[in-house]
Amino acid sequence: MLETSDLECLRGDRLLFTRLALRVDPGVCLHVAGENGSGKTSLLRILCGLMAPTAGVVRWQGEDIRRLREAYWEGLAYVGHLNGVKDDLSAAENVHISAAIAGWPADVATVRAALAAFGLADFEDRPARALSQGQRRRVALARLRCASAAPLWILDEPFTALDTRGVAALSELIGAHLARQGCVVLTTHQDVPLPGRVERVELERL
Amino acid sequence: MIAAVGQVVRRDLLLAVRQRADVVNTLLFFVVVVTLAPLGVGPEINTLRTIAPGVVWVAALLASILSLNRLFALDFADGTLEQLLLTREPLAAIVLGKVAAHWLVTGLPITAMAVPLAVMFDLPRAQAATLVLALLCGTPALSLLGAIGAALTLGLRGGGVLVSLLVLPLNVPILIFGAGAVEAVAGGLSAQAHLLLLAALSLATSVLAPWAIAAALRISLE
Repeated sequence: MLETSDLECLRGDRLLFTRLALRVDPGVCLHVAGENGSGKTSLLRILCGLMAPTAGVVRWQGEDIRRLREAYWEGLAYVGHLNGVKDDLSAAENVHISAAIAGWPADVATVRAALAAFGLADFEDRPARALSQGQRRRVALARLRCASAAPLWILDEPFTALDTRGVAALSELIGAHLARQGCVVLTTHQDVPLPGRVERVELERL
Repeated sequence: MIAAVGQVVRRDLLLAVRQRADVVNTLLFFVVVVTLAPLGVGPEINTLRTIAPGVVWVAALLASILSLNRLFALDFADGTLEQLLLTREPLAAIVLGKVAAHWLVTGLPITAMAVPLAVMFDLPRAQAATLVLALLCGTPALSLLGAIGAALTLGLRGGGVLVSLLVLPLNVPILIFGAGAVEAVAGGLSAQAHLLLLAALSLATSVLAPWAIAAALRISLE
């Protein structure tokens, strides 16, 4: 269970949000909504522990994530708006190596299934530089198929650049994760029907 | 942990093989800078023998700094660095893997290239061997200290010049002991003390620098 209390974020001299209290229970998808520049990405980076909040704490299973550190990151899968895909590696190498570094199962069969689930079965050995923007996004998301052991997924605009089939594949993946009592936090501007229990939090511009 | 660090090294080596031009360019830069010295100083053989260790070391230092921008900037731009920061492994270990991969594609080839360059300067065999040994002991510290600068200046405009200004002063002791080792042999003394000091510097930085690099990366990514 992920929760925050009195979270505040100051970027430069702009207050993005203050006194933010969130709670994501197992099996729940938290949809963070808000206009551009309302602090969605900053919030997700704080929840990941990439950024320190100006005030307040983020707790995972009741403990401050800044104390847990590696123990927290072990159970976290993050897809930011940067794909984390290397141009000079093939799609399969990208998924394999990044899953292996994260400590997730990364055998050939798992990687192949992950890519196939996102319609990349024929592009396994193609270098990522030869893939389109949407296909690269799929490679980044295919990693999540290896991350079923990580209970918390934090996804920043995961649906951008995806076509309808890509969106369906990702929704299904998120649905399966929620069904095994995982937690998901995501932002999106698209009107995607999300499976399972979805709670919504709206970030207002202050 | 070892498996994950091994994967980090493997990825960086794989990328270095696929982007061979970057690696070759650094090496060529090293060779060109060293070959410029005789052209500037003139062909007097004894002068060349005297300046050879210093010239090779300065060129190695510059080449290693030139290659630093490859270390974290690309990972930073494509988001893989973010992912490395969010793994269950201690970041210092991962960073050590990245620096090791960097040394394998810069420090090690530079050390190997010093052999023909020593011949070019007509260094006697004992001095040439000492020069190569000194590079082998000292270049890991160059990569490690350079990585601190690269991590600190990540994402800054004009970071390249700033890295040089930050890192070059830190490299002065390595330069002194590195070139000094060869001079000692030329003067009929043993280079052991110099080489041991260089190795000690490399070992000490390999223990301490990863923590500094890890902290700098976390600050740069905030």
